[in-house]
Amino acid sequence: MNLAKLPIGSFVRIQKCDLQSLVADLKQVHDRVVGPREIDAAIVYDDLDHVDQLPIGVTDHQDGGVYRLTHQSSDSHFDYVVGPQSLKGFLFPPRETVSESVRTDGKWEIQATETPVMRIAVLGPRACDLRALAIQDKVFLEGPYVDPGYQRRRDALFIVAVNCRRSVATCFCHAMDCGPAVTSHFDLALTEMDDHFAVEIGTPAGGLAIEATSWVPMSEVEVAHAKQVPAALEESMQGGTSARQMETGGIRELLMDNLEHPRWQEVAERCLSCGNCTMVCPTCFCSSVDEVTDLSGDHVRRERSWASCFTAEHSYMHSGNVRKTTRSKYRQWLTHKLATWQDQFDSSGCTGCGRCITWCPVGIDLTEEVAAIRGE
Amino acid sequence: MSEKPKLAVFKFASCDGCQLSLLDCEDELLAVADAVEIAYFLEARTEQIAGPYDIGLIEGSVTTAHDAERIKEIRQQCKFLVTIGACATSGGIQALKNWQDADEFVRSVYATPEYISTLGTSTAIADHVPVDFELRGCPINRQQLLELIASLLQGRRPSTPSYSVCIECKRRMTVCIAVARGVACLGPVTQAGCDALCPAFARECFGCFGPKETPNVISLTNHYQKQGVDCAHLTRLTRSFNANSPEFKEASDLLSGEQPSADTGDH
Ligand code: SF4
Ligand code: SF4
Ligand code: SF4
Ligand code: SF4
Repeated sequence: MNLAKLPIGSFVRIQKCDLQSLVADLKQVHDRVVGPREIDAAIVYDDLDHVDQLPIGVTDHQDGGVYRLTHQSSDSHFDYVVGPQSLKGFLFPPRETVSESVRTDGKWEIQATETPVMRIAVLGPRACDLRALAIQDKVFLEGPYVDPGYQRRRDALFIVAVNCRRSVATCFCHAMDCGPAVTSHFDLALTEMDDHFAVEIGTPAGGLAIEATSWVPMSEVEVAHAKQVPAALEESMQGGTSARQMETGGIRELLMDNLEHPRWQEVAERCLSCGNCTMVCPTCFCSSVDEVTDLSGDHVRRERSWASCFTAEHSYMHSGNVRKTTRSKYRQWLTHKLATWQDQFDSSGCTGCGRCITWCPVGIDLTEEVAAIRGE
Repeated sequence: MSEKPKLAVFKFASCDGCQLSLLDCEDELLAVADAVEIAYFLEARTEQIAGPYDIGLIEGSVTTAHDAERIKEIRQQCKFLVTIGACATSGGIQALKNWQDADEFVRSVYATPEYISTLGTSTAIADHVPVDFELRGCPINRQQLLELIASLLQGRRPSTPSYSVCIECKRRMTVCIAVARGVACLGPVTQAGCDALCPAFARECFGCFGPKETPNVISLTNHYQKQGVDCAHLTRLTRSFNANSPEFKEASDLLSGEQPSADTGDH
């Protein structure tokens, strides 16, 4: 067996053109290599055969309910930020058959459905999404019940993260202490420099993968220079309009002490209860389990799919719907994300990725809602 | 054999597309014919077995005085009455006449207008008799139809969602055309069930499944107007296959500054 020479935490430099040999190498040991691709007017994750397929020179503009791409003649590989998809769909699929049951002569036989696990290498996740991954790991793996499908897919996931050097107006990872610098939950982390990538080794598997390409060591000065990229971005995000702002001090008490604040009704007048915010949120983990039968009733598939606290069925209990109004649904979503999540999982449920703002069809903005309740 | 539940399919003002969805069940059609007795279904079978029926599927809206009476008789014949499709559930595309003078249409379209007997409005079946369940869509989704029949046979509630098309759109990971392309899409206020068919082909949802649970149509159309979408376009969008459903109607009337004619008399 090969032993990695590159220790965890070390940095190496690869030429931009050598990114392809990393991708090719990852393809050797993974069933799929996926990366950011420009498809249907957005940056989404899809299969990557060649780095030429990356959205080179593409930047994104994001704001409440608005997402647009622009193309420039530059060789920047990663100057767009998060698109509508996160890592969530790879580990917690939007739809999944969890078991199948057959009735013969009045007797039921139930069988768990084991879909073969794909070994996936993902190129491109940003700091906020790695933080979201850590949160979902806690939800699916660290409670009293471990989700076996998530566990298998998670074990097979290889991550080549990217440090952001640019933010959009909906980003606020800096305020949630989740970015923009990538700090954990990666195998390799890239920082795009003018003419090369600085690569941080995150795991032994990452070290082995990079050793297969041509790399050169980096001096301390060069490492400091690379680390300065997300640090400079963080500074500019703190300052001004290149990002949303969110004051998180005492946020749990702020929200829980204001459950009857008139702002909930005001936002409910705009909110469509469409559920887009929950679907795109990288930490939202709710699902609904349905039994799907054939006409005879002898064959039953148990299907799990992404669910949302904005639907009536999600709040349906034995006596009816416990959250009938959009006011109570929006309040449930926001207080769970930012307040009661802390009681449940010891962290915020929000990473500041901004997706719920961008992909809300009417541009409802949680940072604005919190500020309003704060009385700002 | 006589124990099998009796199914009847009735047609009112409609295009037959929803009934055809039943015939379109191909693989499952034999299983359906096995599980229920298709007692009355003029599209499929010449033999007509008299009621009462266990399940009545109603396609189409009420546009004539004769049909307004006929639906009452059918209701008495059917234990479980289900409207299938946008016409039966909200009045269909033909409900556009509710905003116009139907008499004028009759005069300009037909060579012998005296032969035509029609009401001034197209209305939903539920405006005339109590309805037990609705299958939405123009046309309905055949998986939902099979689910309905299966649930009735198994004595359970049909599992059809009442949330937004957006939920299905996101589950299939379609990029939102409203946000990414600035196209006015009705998905956020429309009931799911089609698996977000139109956005998957980069076309906006035009609301053929009708309003979802707790729809907030006016917030959405206000937002699209602010984004620069033309008011006339939004009026047409909300005034199509489910023009007559209360929430879409409220929005389109507000957009156009118009009120529908209250005239329901015979012409
Ligand atoms: S709540 Fe919004 S900003 Fe926070 S993690 Fe979820 S989608 Fe991102
Ligand atoms: S906040 Fe926006 S995305 Fe979320 S349910 Fe309301 S309208 Fe939909
Ligand atoms: S494309 Fe339409 S249906 Fe799909 S998420 Fe966007 S608004 Fe909803
Ligand atoms: S996306 Fe909308 S218009 Fe298209 S089939 Fe579905 S409900 Fe009908």
